[in-house]
Amino acid sequence: MQDFSFLTTWVDNSLRSFMPGWLSVTVECLLIGVGLLLVYALLALFYIYYERKLCAAFQCRLGPNRVGPMGLLQSFADMFKMLIKEIIHLNHIDRFLFALAPYLVIIASMLAFAVLPWGNGLQVIDFNIGIFFLIAVSSIGVLGILLAGWSSNNKFTLIGSLRSGAQMVSYELSIGLSVITMVCLAGTMSVSGIVAEQENLWFIFKGHIPAVIAFVIYMIAGTAETNRGPFDLPEAESELTAGYHTEYSGMHFGFFYLAEYLNLFIVSGVASLLFFGGWMPLHIPGWDAFNHIMDYIPSVVWFLGKAIALSFIIIWFKWTFPRLRIDQLLSLEWKYLLPINLFNLVLMVLIIIAGWHF
Amino acid sequence: MEVTTKSMPYEAWKENEYIEKLVDELRQSGTNVVVGSLDKLINWGRSNSIWPLTFATSCCGIEFVSLGAARFDMARFGWEVARSSPRQADFMMVAGTIVHRMVPVFRRLYDQLAEPKYVIACGSCAISGGPFRKSYHVAKGIEDIVPVDVFVPGCPPRPEAMIYGIMQLSRKIKVERFFGGVNRQEKQKEFLAAHPVEGVED
Amino acid sequence: MANTNKTIEKIKALLPDAAVSEGDSAPVVTVAAAQWHDLALALRNDMGMDFLTTIVGMDWTESMGAIYYVMSTATNEVVGIKVIAEGTRELPYMPSAADVWNVATLYEREVYDFFGIVFIGNPDMRRLFLNIDWVGYPLRKDYDADPAVNPVSTENERQSDFTDVWTLDADGKPQKHEERVFAKDDFVVNIGPQHPATHGVLRFRTAVDGETIKKIDVYMGYIHRGIEKLCENLTYPQTLHFMDRMDYFSAHNYHHALCMLYEKAAGIEISRRAQVIRVMMDELSRIASHCLFIGTYCMDLGATTMLFYALRVREQILDIMEKTCGARMTFNYDCIGGVMQDLAPDFRDDVKALLEVLPKNIKEYNEIFTGNVIARNRMEGVGVLSREDAIAYGVTGPSGRASGWACDMRKLFPYSIYGELDFEEVVMTEGDSMARFKCRMREMEESAKILAQLVDNIPDGEYCVKVPKVLKLPAGSWFQLTEGCRGAFGLYLESDGTTKPYRLKIAPPCLPQAAVVDHITRGMKIADLITIGGSLDYIVPDIDR
Repeated sequence: MQDFSFLTTWVDNSLRSFMPGWLSVTVECLLIGVGLLLVYALLALFYIYYERKLCAAFQCRLGPNRVGPMGLLQSFADMFKMLIKEIIHLNHIDRFLFALAPYLVIIASMLAFAVLPWGNGLQVIDFNIGIFFLIAVSSIGVLGILLAGWSSNNKFTLIGSLRSGAQMVSYELSIGLSVITMVCLAGTMSVSGIVAEQENLWFIFKGHIPAVIAFVIYMIAGTAETNRGPFDLPEAESELTAGYHTEYSGMHFGFFYLAEYLNLFIVSGVASLLFFGGWMPLHIPGWDAFNHIMDYIPSVVWFLGKAIALSFIIIWFKWTFPRLRIDQLLSLEWKYLLPINLFNLVLMVLIIIAGWHF
Repeated sequence: MEVTTKSMPYEAWKENEYIEKLVDELRQSGTNVVVGSLDKLINWGRSNSIWPLTFATSCCGIEFVSLGAARFDMARFGWEVARSSPRQADFMMVAGTIVHRMVPVFRRLYDQLAEPKYVIACGSCAISGGPFRKSYHVAKGIEDIVPVDVFVPGCPPRPEAMIYGIMQLSRKIKVERFFGGVNRQEKQKEFLAAHPVEGVED
Repeated sequence: MANTNKTIEKIKALLPDAAVSEGDSAPVVTVAAAQWHDLALALRNDMGMDFLTTIVGMDWTESMGAIYYVMSTATNEVVGIKVIAEGTRELPYMPSAADVWNVATLYEREVYDFFGIVFIGNPDMRRLFLNIDWVGYPLRKDYDADPAVNPVSTENERQSDFTDVWTLDADGKPQKHEERVFAKDDFVVNIGPQHPATHGVLRFRTAVDGETIKKIDVYMGYIHRGIEKLCENLTYPQTLHFMDRMDYFSAHNYHHALCMLYEKAAGIEISRRAQVIRVMMDELSRIASHCLFIGTYCMDLGATTMLFYALRVREQILDIMEKTCGARMTFNYDCIGGVMQDLAPDFRDDVKALLEVLPKNIKEYNEIFTGNVIARNRMEGVGVLSREDAIAYGVTGPSGRASGWACDMRKLFPYSIYGELDFEEVVMTEGDSMARFKCRMREMEESAKILAQLVDNIPDGEYCVKVPKVLKLPAGSWFQLTEGCRGAFGLYLESDGTTKPYRLKIAPPCLPQAAVVDHITRGMKIADLITIGGSLDYIVPDIDR
């Protein structure tokens, strides 16, 4: 299996060979920052295109096909347009919070990128509490949404953001509990540790019944976390015009738009980390030749491939189901998902104690 | 310079004089290479990404729905991202009759659109009042209320006509100058000065 | 229409000096304003006239008044009550019937808006379609249509939180009082007119408590085009094309209705071939209309993909129409004496192909949407409209039938060839949004049944009989109820013997449906407003005309 750590150590060593330690760290930080931003932008643009094409396929349409080959450049055109679009300055709003909100949303998703297991040895920071950090930073996003709704001084955005607040706080619980369930199985909170634990078999197979339950709950809660259909109440188009970002224009709206897709990527990335081994290729104990072949596929491809495949499911949800009502949404979480989740956690612990997992 | 969009030959466009005039204006004003190519890039982006505002008052709106549906599929051109909030939309397809009571609302929607913004008058009602021209409560065309970029005749226009209309808009955007361009902005200012909205401070 | 002798006799017993004119449609009883309120109560309580179909405001130049067309849902009798207003031309007034029939509140507002007749005791006497500062009453014969009087203004319309209520003072003179529409500290959210879920430009001022709706105040007129007034200045054939542009999904049905009214008035018999073609077109548009309803309704609920599946069938129907009528939407196909042109050669094959795919598609819709647990939770038990309320608010069409009221005008007053056809009237009892949705689903099947009966039995003959180039109708008045795609479509015609109608009143089915929104959304969530509004399926240009 290729290990990208040789690349990172080589860069580190060569930088250190001609500059002092503090400078090389700064340069590395800058490099990583620029690299992440690039990946960030490209992924968002890809996801926009991906969703539009998928949605078109579900609806018996063609989707974008005029701009660039197969419409591949469509989202680039959109980005250029968005960048030069006027940002309308409104009166009667809380200007500071109004301007801050989109950045909070973007920062939340950006921070989460730091701990995603991009590939073998390709991880920005490897905390011992990596997954914990991920949950923590991804919930900053709700602050941005609440601020956006509140500071816009508009009744629609206010309702949208309050809905969003109630929804995110509730579903955070389910996400947290299903993550904890998997952490129990992994025995570590470090992201690299979780990936390493899945060397022999991915957790979804290893933990069988409780892992599958946790996966289903995670996907439902993750869809709700990203404010996507059928849980897209905060921006329910047919009810609240455009929800919490009704008043945003130009690139400020662009940030919300990008963050939505990146959160989708993060949720599916974390799902692939917890249940499908992160960047770890598919290994089946005993099938050495098969495992060897699987190792030839680069780890980055594994990770991105899994994340994108899982996003497909979330996008599929959106274009199939009607939207829930706010009370139904909350009762789904508090009356069904949460008790099942708690029970599932106990089940997982029992299975681990009894050693019934693979 | 032939202003055209992908997979539509130049000869297939019905009338090109207006666009030719814009091209001439563009040529005469001249610009340097760097700004010119940046302009081209930006205009490529702008002309290929025009998002409509979901705005429909009557029959034409239903044809606009058909335009989005599988048969005509405006998503091919990237126009399917219909935004409900005017602040995020690029153009307004005025599909349907605009009546007296709707005029202030309509004007406000136009004012809420973020620059650069465009208006397509779609259908005979929006162009001139159409069959309701003699009515006591119908505005006789939206030209007196907002500046219009493209007129699409019909009652209601067929979705093909709407596609043609939006493609014309796309061509028009292509020959606009983003840097130092005055042709549209100035016209709009003139228009707004000539049609002030009274009693609106914010 | 049905035999109305008994009711007339009862009215005569009550008011011996009331003048009764027996028209060939419905008898009209003329009463004075002072007697009207007692008669209204008696009509409703003793004679079972519980459905107010419409109120026709009238300006006879020497006097003004209104004609209330009431119907009994038990016996299907229709009676018109002509009430002459008291007072001067500046301030004509008459008692309100808003406490007798709920829907009268809105209908009387419309009459007030158009004619300036004040209804004493109506709890909400604001203008309906025109803004507060509008000068004059447009449907009066002496209305000053000079655009300088009412110029197009980009200035925001003046808003008022108050409504007017008129009462009679001690001298019997009408006096105006102001009353608040909402409570003083209500949190009022403005939904519309530009809002994706109002299906056009309707505006709801919604008082909410959190997400719960306390009260809705419906604002209309954002697409009011004054069709009734326009018709008065056009010849009879010229008025036809407006029918396409009101409820643009029922274009054929409305055209059919108006042609039928003119033919009845002029005594023109049309060929059977034309009848069959008209009925087939009606039913095709009904299927297309319900298809679009399913699509947009599901889109309102968030299931966008259903719109595209539903529109697929609609496109197929539009193709059939286009081949014959030459247009996709505003067909202008029915004309006085028959239809404009003959059927396209492959009409039969196309309809058969449609009948083949339709059941499969309906099955698919049910699989994707109707059975979905989220959809069921969103729709079941939401916006329950009882049968009594449906009648009191005059909610007809599939929405009324979902509440258990058999109000299909094709069955009640079989017009054209509907009497010979075998089809079932879909009546459900739940009255919730789900029932309204299912009712339309099943109506598509019934329409398909009608088409299947007719497609092989289109008789030969001329498609249009000869009618005089200049059509003059004899003086008189006619009232007629037919079934559009969304409910009972009423037409009232008064002719003074010239080539132009003296008054053409259009009673659209969607107006009462918008009026009932406030009643059935109270205590529901904002999201339910979308569900309910969508399930009622009103078309705003039809409301506003």
